[in-house]
Amino acid sequence: MTIPETTQLAGRKRARANGLAKSVLRFLVIIVTTYLGLLAVTFFIGRVIPIDPVLAVLGDRAPAHVVERTRELMGFNKPLYVQFYLYVRDALTGNFGTSVLTTNPVMADIRRVFPATLELATFGTIIGSLFGVPLGVLAAVKRGSIADQIVRVVGLVGYSVPIFWLALLSLLLFYAKLRWVAFPGRIDIVYEYSFTPVTGLYLIDSFWQGQWDVFRDVFRHIILPASLLGYFSLAYISRMTRSFMLNELSQEYIVAARAKGLSETRIIWGHALRNAAVPLVTVIALSYAGLLEGSVLTETVFAWPGLGLYITNSLQNADMNAVLGGTIVIGSVFIAINILSDLLYRTLDPRTRAR
Amino acid sequence: MSQSSLQTIPVTRRQWLMSDRPQSRLQARLGRAYMTWQRFSANKLAVAGLCIILLLILIAIFADVLAPHSPVIGNLGGARLLPPGSEGYLLGTDDQGRDILSRLLHGSRLTLLVIVLVAIIAAPIGLLVGAVSGYAGGWVDAVLMRITDIFLAFPKLVLALAFVAAMGPGIENAILAIAITSWPPYARIARAETLTVRNSDYIAAVRLMGASPFRIVLRHVMPMCVSSLIVRVTLDMAGIILTAAGLGFLGLGAQPPLPEWGAMIASGRRFILDQWWVATMPGIAILIVSLGFNLLGDGLRDALDPRESGQ
Repeated sequence: MTIPETTQLAGRKRARANGLAKSVLRFLVIIVTTYLGLLAVTFFIGRVIPIDPVLAVLGDRAPAHVVERTRELMGFNKPLYVQFYLYVRDALTGNFGTSVLTTNPVMADIRRVFPATLELATFGTIIGSLFGVPLGVLAAVKRGSIADQIVRVVGLVGYSVPIFWLALLSLLLFYAKLRWVAFPGRIDIVYEYSFTPVTGLYLIDSFWQGQWDVFRDVFRHIILPASLLGYFSLAYISRMTRSFMLNELSQEYIVAARAKGLSETRIIWGHALRNAAVPLVTVIALSYAGLLEGSVLTETVFAWPGLGLYITNSLQNADMNAVLGGTIVIGSVFIAINILSDLLYRTLDPRTRAR
Repeated sequence: MSQSSLQTIPVTRRQWLMSDRPQSRLQARLGRAYMTWQRFSANKLAVAGLCIILLLILIAIFADVLAPHSPVIGNLGGARLLPPGSEGYLLGTDDQGRDILSRLLHGSRLTLLVIVLVAIIAAPIGLLVGAVSGYAGGWVDAVLMRITDIFLAFPKLVLALAFVAAMGPGIENAILAIAITSWPPYARIARAETLTVRNSDYIAAVRLMGASPFRIVLRHVMPMCVSSLIVRVTLDMAGIILTAAGLGFLGLGAQPPLPEWGAMIASGRRFILDQWWVATMPGIAILIVSLGFNLLGDGLRDALDPRESGQ
């Protein structure tokens, strides 16, 4: 061991630590600016666009001294940047004001309704990936065949169909005509009081408590909206899977694997899909985020008591605090999933690591 | 000049178009357009998509002539909720005795209005932001791209909902809300294209001739971004139509009695169990049009960008 060698090693170590510190810093900047951007936009929507936010709350018949007092109470007499500072401080502590409609703090309302949306979107994503990935693989392997065309058409329709319309028609078919699924809602009124949820995810709760009749009822409620959301994400997932798989199947290592005499099954599922899985994780994460948002319209049709229905109900009643609170929560989850999937991609794929 | 050379050497129109030594700028352009069309028209689905869109435009223009009834005034006395195929009402009538076919035909104007206006507002914003960002580089690039990424990370539909909630329901506000949330991908594309051309020789030549950065970006960089932008805008059209319909469905888009397709589905929702056609017909119209845009967009991408085709 000569001295220059060790110092060189130390230098390389320091450089790597430096690179790590830089990428961590970059990530922090991205997270902070994105959240600040979200808050700035909702602030703009809530405080700047309405000509007078106080009138928006009180209505135009309120006496002048009440208007003045409310203006002071809400802090609207302060300069805009101070208002924004207070707004950010409140939002960071989860204080989105009080809902005019339910008279509860908006955060308490959201905490109550969010598990319903989470359960629906998660179930939908599971359905979408369970069917979307194999379909995409099939389309890529049998490229140009009838199967490929069918998968393509199924995906195209999924991209093009208004989901709330499909939801209405499927309710008409599976609920009204065939009676396969339950009435819109989350759980039958019979069980509403006998069943005490713990996590708020009814499927898991009823399964855990061994209440099989409740579990069956909850399943009959969730299966249709979750399938619709699943179809929505299937369209995206199958298309991306096909594209990634085509890319992998044209690589040389596949030729090498074939030359070694590996079975086609092994090559497709063990080698090609395994490499395609890295970008697929990102795709599935993004479609999950999309479903959280896409549930707004689906929940309205299925009377699903989640965040989407909460936002649309508040919209109809001009309850801006609730609308903006819901927007911030969905936006935050959306951003978090975006960033997490990016991080996951970096850890899974060694090629993307900072050199 | 080119006329005489055409006469002296007998060439078919096809050969003239495919010539690898075009005599004029016009010939080069027509030639390129011809080859693009060849690639595009080989894709039957893409041509079908183009036909759907052309049909939509024609219907929107001639809605007054084509529609057998008024789209807003119905026959409340004698023609409420008639099923499809009734005398004089091909697709049936809604709860106010209005002919659904006529409403769909007139609704095509609103659909066209939404997508044209969103494209006119969002694409130039994205183009400008992206081209300036890519050409300027440095901190301008960093700041503009950070803003773009921030907007890219937002949930589009929910944000559009909140915008419309604050500005008040109506089709103009819905259009504005959709446009505000849909420019970031265009900025990314324009920036990527700009980065590929900014160091090319012709830009250096223009700069040597003393062109200002403003002129370079406007006249020499932005035109290069247009073709990939058109593809992306076409592919986005379906999403824009669906978002607009979703806003209409929630009562935040076009207001009654405007025959907006999403709002028509919402008003037919109450009768879905017994008079299924009231909500079904507008949904089919939305599905066909957005399918058309998706097919057209796919075909355009394959034709204009051979690198991506086959994927």
